[in-house]
Amino acid sequence: MKLVYFAWVRERVGKAEEEIDLPASVRTVSDLIGWLGGRGDEYAYAFEHAKSIRVAVDKRHAKPDAAIAGAREIAFFPPMTGG
Amino acid sequence: MQPTIRLQRDDFDASAEAALLTRGRTDIGAVVTFTGVCRGDESGELIAALTLEHYPGMAEAEIARHIEEARARWPLLGVTVIHRYGRIAPGENIVLVIAASSHRQAAFAAAEFLMDYLKTRAPFWKQVEGKAGTTWVTAKDDDDAAAARWRKPAADEAAE
Repeated sequence: MKLVYFAWVRERVGKAEEEIDLPASVRTVSDLIGWLGGRGDEYAYAFEHAKSIRVAVDKRHAKPDAAIAGAREIAFFPPMTGG
Repeated sequence: MQPTIRLQRDDFDASAEAALLTRGRTDIGAVVTFTGVCRGDESGELIAALTLEHYPGMAEAEIARHIEEARARWPLLGVTVIHRYGRIAPGENIVLVIAASSHRQAAFAAAEFLMDYLKTRAPFWKQVEGKAGTTWVTAKDDDDAAAARWRKPAADEAAE
């Protein structure tokens, strides 16, 4: 599965994207945020305020309880500030 | 109606884009053109420039989904959305929304709806260059509230 990061989430994680194999226990968006937060200091920092993180599954906005099975690309980013 | 959606580094010409939308047509009676421009200050602090980051692929798709929603709500005859990314200096254009319809109400409402959703749902992030270095712009509650009012059920609107 491909994970991509934007804005300050990208800066804190220290990379723009990565390929990853997830354990079977990680089923939803919020499971994934929790799991990522335990991968090291940079991830703990990036995901310390889980409520501030927005997630897109295959380029569509996804809620915390959304299932991630079969997803190709999951993106993590702060609340959007375009326009 | 085939909407025009473009993400680009370069500037755009709002009046040329509006002219393109109406060229050769006599059914359009109203064109609302909104241009978002980079201010020279952010939260009271002077800024040197903005840098806009975006999520390629999702940004276009998300804008297209909101245009579809706007078309379902109002009888639109043309829509153009252009959003810039990269470094933008104060006074330069950031975003263009054009909505065309037979009558003004639909054109005004659709342009405002699209802007409110672009601010809160399209995957763009602004970073400002100021005296204290570069910082990410924080999302504003006002923008969320502006987008939320469009979610009001039709029944409530009728009751007011």
